[in-house]
Amino acid sequence: MEQKKYWQSFGELNNSAAHQQNAQDEFKEELPFEGFDDKGLGSATTPRRDFLKYVGFSTAAAAVAASCEMPVKKAIPFVNRPVDAIPGVPNYYATTYVAGGNAIPVVAKVRDGRPIKIEGNELSSWSKGATTAQVQASVLDLYDTARLRFPMADKKEVSTFDAFDKMVGEALAGLNGAPVVLLTSTVNSPSSKAVIAEFLAKYPGSRHVQYDGISYSGMLLANEASFGSRMIPSYAFDKAKVIVSLGADFLGTWLNPVEFQHGYTRGRKVDPKNPSMSKHYQFESMLSMTGANADERFTHRPSEIGVVAAALLSAINGQGAAGISDAALKKGIEQAAKDLAANKGQALVVAGSNDVNVQLIVNAINDAVGSYGTTIDLVSKLQNKAGIDAEFAKLVEEMNAGSVGAVLVYDVNPAYDYFDAEKFIAGLKKVRVSVSFNEKMDETTELCKYVLPANHYLESWGDAEQKAGYISMLQPTIAPLFKTRQWQDNLLKWSGSAVIYADYFKNFWTTRLGGENTYLKALQDGVVESPAMIMGFPSFNGGSVAAAVAAVGSAKKSSGTELVIYQKATFTDGRQSNNPWLQETPDPITRATWDNYLMVSPALGKSMFNIDITNPTQADEYEAFPKKPVVKVKLGNKEEELPVLIIPGMQADTVALAVGYGRAEAIGRAAAGVGKNAYKFAVSNGTTVLNTAAVTVEKTAGEYKIATTQTHSSYEGRYEVVKEITLADYTKNPTKILDARAKELEPWGGLENYEKDGTIYPVFDKPGIKWGMSIDLNSCYGCGACVVACTAENNVSVVGKPEVLRAHDMHWLRIDRYFAGDPNDPNSIQTVFQPMMCQHCDNAPCENVCPVAATNHSSEGLNQMTYNRCIGTRYCANNCPYKVRRFNWADYTGADSFGDNMVGGKGENDVILMMNDDLTRMVLNPDVTVRSRGVIEKCSFCVQRLQEGKLAAKKAGRPLEDRDVKTACQQACAADAIVFGNVNNAESAVSKHRADNKNRLFYVQEQIHVLPNVSYLAKVRNTGEISAHEQYGKPHFMNEGGHAAEGGHH
Amino acid sequence: MIHYRSILQRVALILSVLTVLCFDQGVFAQDGKALFQQNCASCHAVHKNLTGPALAGIEERVPDKKLLYDWIRNNQAVLATGNKYFTDLYAAWNKTAMNLFPNLTDEEIGAMITYINSVPAPGAATGTGEAGVQAAAAENDNSLIFGVLTLILAIIVLVLLQVNSNLKRLSDEKEGIPSYEPVPFYRNKAYIALFAVVLFIVGGYYTIQGAVGLGRSKDYQPEQPIYYSHKVHAGTNQINCLYCHSGAQEGKHANIPSLNTCMNCHMAINEYAGEKLYREDGTEVDGTAEIKKLYSYTGWDPDQKKYVNEPKPIEWVKIHNLPDHVYFNHAQHVKAGKVACQTCHGDIQNMGEVYQYSDLSMGWCINCHRETKVQFEDNKFYSIYEKFHNDLKSGKMDSVTVESIGGTECQKCHY
Repeated sequence: MEQKKYWQSFGELNNSAAHQQNAQDEFKEELPFEGFDDKGLGSATTPRRDFLKYVGFSTAAAAVAASCEMPVKKAIPFVNRPVDAIPGVPNYYATTYVAGGNAIPVVAKVRDGRPIKIEGNELSSWSKGATTAQVQASVLDLYDTARLRFPMADKKEVSTFDAFDKMVGEALAGLNGAPVVLLTSTVNSPSSKAVIAEFLAKYPGSRHVQYDGISYSGMLLANEASFGSRMIPSYAFDKAKVIVSLGADFLGTWLNPVEFQHGYTRGRKVDPKNPSMSKHYQFESMLSMTGANADERFTHRPSEIGVVAAALLSAINGQGAAGISDAALKKGIEQAAKDLAANKGQALVVAGSNDVNVQLIVNAINDAVGSYGTTIDLVSKLQNKAGIDAEFAKLVEEMNAGSVGAVLVYDVNPAYDYFDAEKFIAGLKKVRVSVSFNEKMDETTELCKYVLPANHYLESWGDAEQKAGYISMLQPTIAPLFKTRQWQDNLLKWSGSAVIYADYFKNFWTTRLGGENTYLKALQDGVVESPAMIMGFPSFNGGSVAAAVAAVGSAKKSSGTELVIYQKATFTDGRQSNNPWLQETPDPITRATWDNYLMVSPALGKSMFNIDITNPTQADEYEAFPKKPVVKVKLGNKEEELPVLIIPGMQADTVALAVGYGRAEAIGRAAAGVGKNAYKFAVSNGTTVLNTAAVTVEKTAGEYKIATTQTHSSYEGRYEVVKEITLADYTKNPTKILDARAKELEPWGGLENYEKDGTIYPVFDKPGIKWGMSIDLNSCYGCGACVVACTAENNVSVVGKPEVLRAHDMHWLRIDRYFAGDPNDPNSIQTVFQPMMCQHCDNAPCENVCPVAATNHSSEGLNQMTYNRCIGTRYCANNCPYKVRRFNWADYTGADSFGDNMVGGKGENDVILMMNDDLTRMVLNPDVTVRSRGVIEKCSFCVQRLQEGKLAAKKAGRPLEDRDVKTACQQACAADAIVFGNVNNAESAVSKHRADNKNRLFYVQEQIHVLPNVSYLAKVRNTGEISAHEQYGKPHFMNEGGHAAEGGHH
Repeated sequence: MIHYRSILQRVALILSVLTVLCFDQGVFAQDGKALFQQNCASCHAVHKNLTGPALAGIEERVPDKKLLYDWIRNNQAVLATGNKYFTDLYAAWNKTAMNLFPNLTDEEIGAMITYINSVPAPGAATGTGEAGVQAAAAENDNSLIFGVLTLILAIIVLVLLQVNSNLKRLSDEKEGIPSYEPVPFYRNKAYIALFAVVLFIVGGYYTIQGAVGLGRSKDYQPEQPIYYSHKVHAGTNQINCLYCHSGAQEGKHANIPSLNTCMNCHMAINEYAGEKLYREDGTEVDGTAEIKKLYSYTGWDPDQKKYVNEPKPIEWVKIHNLPDHVYFNHAQHVKAGKVACQTCHGDIQNMGEVYQYSDLSMGWCINCHRETKVQFEDNKFYSIYEKFHNDLKSGKMDSVTVESIGGTECQKCHY
C-alpha cells in the first residue's frame, strides 16, 4: 500500500518540471514591483528617495487623518421591542429551502432581523439536519442585487399591486375562454395545490403543467408501466449491501442527494469490531462525483447505457452479460450481477438515464433482486420531480399553434433550459397574455408581458412535501425586501378570493392538523411527519421489459464522440447560477471554478491535441498554465466553442459538459458571461429528453483560461497525505495502518511518547478544553456543502475568476481530490477526497516564523490568527506544510469605502464589485471580522461558535457538551464525515471517534512533528484486490531527484 | 581622554536626573468618593435619607472612631453587643439590615468619611467642597514637589558643571596644558547633544502617548437628544441596571432600552420633582420638559392617557464604541463573570449624562483579565479544569484568574 501513488495533477503524477517549481513556490507570482527595469534601484521610476518621501507623507497623512474628530455614531433602539428580538442575539426559525420541487427542511439563523446562515433542520427524519451546497448558498440569493424589485408590465414599473391585479385581471377576462396555462416547476406543496385548484376552477379549460429543467419523466413513465402510477419511489441506500448505479449521481445531484448521502454513509460506516460495508458499483461514461466514490467503476459509451442495463438483467437471470464486447466491462457487469444475486433483498440498482426503456429494465432488475419493499419504498414516494416531457412538448405545440390564451410562469425557465428553447420562445410570443412570477429577469421572464416577482423562500409562507407523508413548513424570516408578492397570492387574487395566502395557509393547516396549537407547533418545528402505513405494494408488471430490451439495443452507437450533459454537484441545474459562492466553489472532480468546459478523456486529448499526459513536458504545457485548448462542439445546427479539460476516468469517446452556465446578462453579474449553455445539446427521443447526444468535436485555434484550484497547493514531495485500505486488507490485518505509524514513529518515542520525545521544545499544557476534529475519509464524497457553509459562516471573500487564476483563492476549507491508477485506463482510476483546512498544529510551523506574533497558539489548542496584528509578510503561508493559509491580496468585501475602487464596471474585477454592495453585505456574519487587504486568514475552527458554545455552558453553569459546539462544516455535512469537540473529555464524540477507530486513524504528515489537531480516518475501499495499475508512475517518481527523493522515503 | 570622560560623566548625571523626573509618583491617596459609590451609595446618600440614613455629620453622631469603623465593617456584631445608639437606629430604620463590609481597611473608611465630610449640603455654596478635595489631592500628590526639586537640582548640576569646567581650564592654563578655545555653552556640542537627547526622549514620550490615545475617547460625553440622567434613575430611584439593559445578560449588547420599556414607568411619572439637575456647563435641566420629549417620541398624550401620535425612535449618540475587530460580549462578563456594571462604566448611578469612564483600550482589558478571578468553584463549567482544581487544593495556586484559563489569548476577543 505504501507504494500506491496518489496524484492531484498530471504534473504530480509525472513529477514534471512545472510541478517541482510549483512545489517550491508558495506564491506563484513575483512580487509586483512596477516600473523596475534592469538598471538597479537608483534608476527605477520609484527610487529610494521617492519611496522615503511617500513613506513620510503617508505617515503624516495617516496621523492627520487619524487625529480628526471621531465620527458620531448613533444607537437607535426599537420603539416597541418584540419580546423575542434581542439585538445581538440570533433567533432561529424553521423553514424549508424550496427550489424547483426540491424541498429541504432548514433552520434560518436570523440576526437582528436578517437571515445570515442556513442550517439543516435536525427534526426532519429524512434530511437529518443535512444540507447541500445550494442550500447553504441560498441565503446569499436573498440579497442578490439582480432580483426584480417591483411588478412590471411591458418592462415598466407598475406602482401598486392593485393596479397590476387590475391589468392582469382585465387581460385574463378578455381571453374569451381561451385556455389559461399555469406553467410551474414541480409543485409538492399541499396548500399550493389547493390554491391552484381554486384558480383553475375559476378559468374553465385551463390547466396546470409541471416542467422540470432536469427531467425525470423516464422514471415516472417507467414506474407507470411497472406499477400503474406515475411516481418515483424513495430509496434506502442504508439497507443495501450491494449498490449498482448506472450513471446516477445519487451522492451529488440525482433526485434527493441529501437523503441518499445519509443512507449511503450509514451503509458504509466501518465498524472497527466487525468490518463490513456496502459494495458500490458504478457504470458510467464520464467521471461523476458518485462514480469517484465507487468501489468498482466501469466505463461505457453513453449510448450503451441501455445495453449495459440489459446485460446486467440477463447476467442476473443467469444468462451472462449478453451483448457486451468490452472484456473489462463484461467482467464488471457479471461481477456486479453475481453480488446482486447473492444479496437479494439487500440490493439496489439505480439509473440516471431519462430513457423510459432503461428505467424499465432497471425496474426489472430491482424486481429480480428483491429491492421492492426492502431497499425501495413505493409508499413514501419522492415528490420533487413530476414533470412529464411529453406534456410540456404538447404545450409548446399548442402555444405555437396559437391556441393558448395565457401562460402564467412560476419557477421555470424553458427559454433557457428546454432543449428546443427556440420553439418555446416562438410559442410564448404567440401567447396573448404571458405573466412571469420568477424572481429574476431570466430568459423566460424577459419575454413575458407582465412580471410580478415572487418572494424569496426566506420571505415566504408555505409548505412542501418532498416525500409523501413528510411535510415541511415555510415561514418568513424577513419581510419582503422588495415590492414582491408570493405567487400563491396572485392566484388567489385572480381567482377572486379575498383571503391572502398567509391566512389561507394558516386555515389550511389549522384545519388539517386539528387546532391552532398543533399548527403553531408545526411551524416551530418546521416539519410534520405522518408517513403512510405500509400496507403492501403494487405488484410489478414486467410486460414491457422485453420490448425495452429490444429497443435499447438499437440506441447503441459504436463510433464517434458522444456528449454527456451533467450537473455539477456544486451547481446543479444552474438555478442559483448568480450565486458567487457557488460559482467559486471548485467542482469536485475538475476543481475548476467560474466556468463550464468540456471534460474529455486522456485518449481524446492525445488524439486531438497531441497531449500525452503521461509525458512530463506535454503534460506541463497543457497543465501548468490556465490556458486550455478550445474545441467546437456541433450537434445538428447547434454549435458552441468550449475549452477542454482532460480528466482521467472519462470513457475514451465521451465528452461531458455541465449545465447551468451561459446565462443572460440580466441574471446578474456573477452569472453573466460565464460558460456556455449546455441544455441546448440535449435531444428528445420522442418521449423524453435525453442528456446524451452524439456530437462532433472539432479542434479550433482558440485558447481559453480556466481557473482551476487543483494545482494551487502542493505538499512539496511529501506524499503520505491520504491513506486508503481495502476492506479485505483491513479485515485481514486491521492494524496495518497503526503498525505502519508505530514503525515510523519508533525512533522518536513511538506512538505514545511522540509528542514529548519527538521535539526539543517543551510540551504545553492544555487545561480544560482542547479542541480537535476527526474526519472520516470514508464518508467524504467531495460535494462541497462544507466549503459553502464555511464561506457563509466565516465571511470568506469571493475573489472572482481573475484572482482564482492567479491562485488567490480564499477558501478556508478545500476538498483535495486525489487520483490513483493509470490515466489511460478509465476503469482503473480511483479517487480519494480529502477535506483540508488549518490543522491547528500544536507545534505549528507558521507560528514560529511570524515576526509580529499575529499567529500563535491558544491554551485550547487553537492556532489563532489575529488579523489586526498581521502585517502581511506571508511567512506563515510559506511555512505551512498543509498550504491552508490564504492572503487577502485586495479588499474583496469593503473596497467601496473608496469611490475610485469602484470605477471600471464590467472588467477584470467585476465580481469583486458585486460583493461590495450594501445589500449583499447584509449576509455577513457580524460576529466575524471582515478581513481587509494585506492580512492572512485561515480556518479558525469557527472560533466564534466555540466561544458562543462555551458561553452557553457557562451561563447554564454546566460543563461543555458536544451539542454546544458544531463547526459550520460539520453541521453542513450530510454524511457526518466531520466530528468535532473537546478531546480532553474522553466521553466526547471526537474522543470516541478517535479511540474507536484507532486502526484507521492517521494524521497528515505526522512525521514532521507539527502535531495537528485534525485527525483523519483512512478510506476503506470495498474491493478485494488492489488494482494492478496502482504501481503506475512509480518509476518516474523514484528516478527523479530533489523532492521526489524525500517522498520516496515514506 | 579626560575630555570624553567628563562628557560621559555629565551625560550620566543629566540622565539620572531625568530618570528621577520621569518617575510618576502615582496617586497614593484613596479615592474616597469611588469607594463610597462602590460600597455605600446604593443605600446611603450624604445629605438625604435613602434606604439608610443620610451620612453627613456621621463623625459628630458617633464620636468613637473605633466603634464607627466596627459598625461599618460588621454592623451585626455591634448590634449584638447591644450598643444603645445603634440599636435605636436599627429600630428607627425598620430593622433593615445593613450589608457587611469586612474587607474595608481603616484607610479606606477614613477616605470615605473624608469624602462624606467634603460633600456640601444642598443649597450651600457649591465649589468650596470640591476645591477642598482638590487642594487635599494636590497636597497628597508629591510629584509637583519632586519636579521642582529635580529642576533645581538639575540647574545646580549644570552650574557646577560649568564651574568645574572653568576651574579645570584655569588649572590647565596654570599648568601650561594647552586648552581648547572656550566655547559658549550654547555651541558646546556636548550640551547640544544632551539637549537633543532630552528633547527626543520627552518629545517621544508625549508623541507616543498622544499616538496611543488616538481613536480612544475616554470621557466622551456627547449631548443626547434627551437629557437622560442615570443619577436620577439608577442612583436616586435605585432602578436595577438590568431592568432597562436586560440584553447584558443575554448577549453581546447590553442594549439601550426600547421606548416601551421607558413608558412602563413614565406612563405614570410625567413630571420631575427631584433635586435640581445641572448639565456639565452648569445650566439647569428641566426634568419635566425632558419627560415631555419622551412623550413626543412615543406619541403619548399624558392628559388623555393614551398614545395619540405615530411613535418615532430616539437617535441616541453611541458613547462606547469598540473597533470592528474586537468581540465583546456583555453576557460573558455580567452573567458568567458576575462583573459589576460599575467596574467598566464607572460611577454610572451618579452620572447625569453618561460619559465614557474607561478608555476601553486593549491594555485596560488585559489588565483586568490578569487580575480578575473567575467564578471557578461556583460555576460547574470550570469543573473540567482538573489541574487547576488540584493545584488549588494543594495550594500551588491561590486563585484562578481569567488569564490562567486563557483569557488573554488573541482569539478570545479577536476573530
